[in-house]
Amino acid sequence: MNLLERLLQGDQRAAAQLITLAENNDQEVRKTIRELYKHGGKAHIVGITGSSGTGKSTLICKLAQAYRKLNRSVGIIAIDPTSPFSGGALLGDRVRMQELSGDKGVFVRSMGTRGALGGLAVATNEAINILDAFKKDVIMVETIGTGQDEIEIVKFAHTLIIVTMPGSGDEIQSIKAGIFEVGDIFVVNKADHHQAYHTLAELEAMLDLAPEQKGWEKCVIQTTAIANEGIDELLQKIEEHRQYLIKSGQMQKKRAQRSKAELIEIITQRVREIVNEATGETGEHRNLVEKMSERGEIDPHTAADIILKHLLNISNQ
Amino acid sequence: MVKEKKIKVLLAQFSLETHSRGIITVASILRDSGMEVIYIGNSTPEQIIAASIQEDVDVVGISTLCGGELVLGRDLLQVAKENGVKDKLVFLMGGIFPPEDIPKLKEMGFKGIFSPGASQEEISSFIKDAVV
Repeated sequence: MNLLERLLQGDQRAAAQLITLAENNDQEVRKTIRELYKHGGKAHIVGITGSSGTGKSTLICKLAQAYRKLNRSVGIIAIDPTSPFSGGALLGDRVRMQELSGDKGVFVRSMGTRGALGGLAVATNEAINILDAFKKDVIMVETIGTGQDEIEIVKFAHTLIIVTMPGSGDEIQSIKAGIFEVGDIFVVNKADHHQAYHTLAELEAMLDLAPEQKGWEKCVIQTTAIANEGIDELLQKIEEHRQYLIKSGQMQKKRAQRSKAELIEIITQRVREIVNEATGETGEHRNLVEKMSERGEIDPHTAADIILKHLLNISNQ
Repeated sequence: MVKEKKIKVLLAQFSLETHSRGIITVASILRDSGMEVIYIGNSTPEQIIAASIQEDVDVVGISTLCGGELVLGRDLLQVAKENGVKDKLVFLMGGIFPPEDIPKLKEMGFKGIFSPGASQEEISSFIKDAVV
């Protein structure tokens, strides 16, 4: 039985190995991903983002347990940053999810960003596809600890949860652009903190100021994840959002949006590979970068034209 | 087609261990030498193997000083065998234990043993050589 067959039979090792192949940019996985595609498309993809230390991992752990009580299977992708210097990473989200160990209905995978920007890992999307084909009902994706700008997750998640905690900034912080514009559900975690009420009030005020939204009403939920408080309420809201997406036709739009983002991602990667090869030591245009950097000989746009012609030539062969 | 393979290491301690400075230090060392380290802290043998499978790691490193390394080490390797992954993983044991236990651990299946004094270079190059 090959990897795909084993995956479809429910073999965890096959799922894990496929994700590794995707991370390693292995040729074999491209063929398998093509096949995988028709077996997926059913999972509810929930993105969870927010600054470091707000409690995302703990929250996900509790949410997963709540989903399991409803007999739903869960996939979790927990992303941490890869060092741009050493290429290594310390993947420490899983340690907060130890309670999930032993439950075959939950699959947890840690991933290093490996150079990708925007809060996700290079192969996050492929990992989602793999867990989708692995028949996970819900796939939760935890981004790295984000600041205000890492919103790649928007392109890939159906429901986006923004996690905040008390004591991390005043009302001006909360109206800055970025992740606050794109969340569907906001969570104030560590709600046992003495300033929690203040944070809740600010978030609600910010949402009041936002332009009127049709359809889904953004909301704020309080949780104390570590004490399992507010989790059921949060899960209910996530479910409500999913129902809203389906009823309103927005789900189709989200799926299309995700497919397009996937397409662009794949093309960008392939073009990058070709460009690196063409301008590399043995490439046809190995002197191009040198000519560019010695000012006056070739400008970046002309260089780009040369590479694009090169691309066309390759594709015509 | 650019391939990018990283060495993946799972680091854990058995359930009753309380001193984590050593394992945290090793986690940093391995991260700085380009590996992806999944740190799961205090865990049972079942939890360690379950995580190793899902994370598709190459190496499992245990840090211990409580005295249970022979018993729990054996349990760990037994669980690994039951799950069909004993031969697919490189098992390492580090920490403080009687020197006479070292050959027993090796015989059990722990490929690398690291006692106090092991250097950063020693640990990371052992792993790089073992995973090929």
